[in-house]
Amino acid sequence: MNGKLEVRAAPHLLDPDSTAKIMYSVLLALIPSALAGVILFGVHALWLMLVSVAAACFTEAGCQLLLRQPVTITDGSAAITGLLLAFNLPPSFPLRYAAFGAFMAIVLGKQLFGGLGENPFNPALIGRVVLAAAFPQEMTTWQALGGVMADAATTATPLGLIKLGQVPALSELLLGNVLGCIGETSVVAILIGGIYLLWRKIIDWRIPVGMLGSVAVLSVLLGADPLVQLSTGGLMLGAFFMATDPVTSPVTKPGRWIFAIGAGAVVVLIRFFGGLPEGVSYSILLMNAVKPILNKATKPRIFGEVRGRA
Amino acid sequence: MLQGLFLILVSTVLVNNFVLSRFLGICPFIGVSERIETALSMGWATTLVMTVSAVVTWGLEQYVLIPFDLGFLQYVVYILVIATMVQTIETILAKTSPALHRTLGIFLPLITTNCAVLGLAILVAQKGYNVLEAAVFATGGGLGFTLALVLLAGIRERLEWADIPEAFKGKPIVLITAGLLSMAFLGFTGLVAQ
Repeated sequence: MNGKLEVRAAPHLLDPDSTAKIMYSVLLALIPSALAGVILFGVHALWLMLVSVAAACFTEAGCQLLLRQPVTITDGSAAITGLLLAFNLPPSFPLRYAAFGAFMAIVLGKQLFGGLGENPFNPALIGRVVLAAAFPQEMTTWQALGGVMADAATTATPLGLIKLGQVPALSELLLGNVLGCIGETSVVAILIGGIYLLWRKIIDWRIPVGMLGSVAVLSVLLGADPLVQLSTGGLMLGAFFMATDPVTSPVTKPGRWIFAIGAGAVVVLIRFFGGLPEGVSYSILLMNAVKPILNKATKPRIFGEVRGRA
Repeated sequence: MLQGLFLILVSTVLVNNFVLSRFLGICPFIGVSERIETALSMGWATTLVMTVSAVVTWGLEQYVLIPFDLGFLQYVVYILVIATMVQTIETILAKTSPALHRTLGIFLPLITTNCAVLGLAILVAQKGYNVLEAAVFATGGGLGFTLALVLLAGIRERLEWADIPEAFKGKPIVLITAGLLSMAFLGFTGLVAQ
């Protein structure tokens, strides 16, 4: 077949993006946050990331071998799950628990539902809430074992400090010189990766804009500083890297707006009225659960279709 | 007063959701969550029965069971009231709104055996609510039940095409999904201090 006319069956792929290519772009976008995590919280943060990624890939390969399916760990999706889970862990979290979390993320969150593309919930967040339910003590102990934050005078996260009436400086929040989960504190690092993904059109701008926007508007209405609310906790990480997961967010544009604004509203509800200091993971999981309904409700009408005659 | 009622509503819908936090009413939760439309119908019917039976059982508790010291008959009386309420509502619906009656179909009589309805009536008695609080508590319980049912139905419609491992097809994956949904609702912990 060397002529100019090439006959092929549809679909005619014009776009060079494949699943693996998209996944590796996301991994690339996560590197700034990973570096920030290691600089801020020391070598243990690096170990947490490595253990979590390795456990996720190992579990994925194990599941696929047991199910006699082709092993697809080279597409990078399990690695992203592992890395995002590590980003959502406190800097001094025990390595063996992180491995357990990654195992649960892949098994409960992904493989039992049929693997990539079939999971109703974000696997990394499933791993996180399993760990939060199983090890509440370890998941709320904030202590840097090394790095820039090793001599921090406080052992509370910014959101914890705000509940005590102390507001940290905005510049510290942007750089990430505060206690928190490994990958969530440095707003600048997350923005570098997030803007890269927006520029590559891998994530839809509607989801971060809608989620951050609704948090900002609602915190103004509730009398809080919107910039502090935006740059604390896991909000930035969640809005750019977890709510935008193509599998667990709606496919339609109106659906994505509702999804994002709803997630932001639940974050504010939990932060301001809830018993937990932070609710980003729960808010995204809850909106993941609403996703199928949003997809169905905002499905575009087929041209010429008459309403009510299904 | 109004704020108290609102807190009861939020609490029963989100924080102490009857299905996802108290684990009551699991049989219809698993059984009638295959389609969003049927889940919605079941939810409305249950909300109606819960509200009416909570108010009636509240009246019986306050004016018959307590004054005559018949507390030991509570379960029997409640079950009887719920069954009667379901039957009455079904008869009224069949005569006044045949369309709605057809939509609800078999689900209406099935509500009799929904443990969430009995559990709700007993909780009302235990918490010592007044009649208005009881009605709001029951409506919230019904709405929370509807919410859980519809969310699970949405996910299950999607799971029909998923390549689920053989051993987990059918009910097992539904139970796992329900568990994950329940974990997501943990985020509302402490939302309303009660």
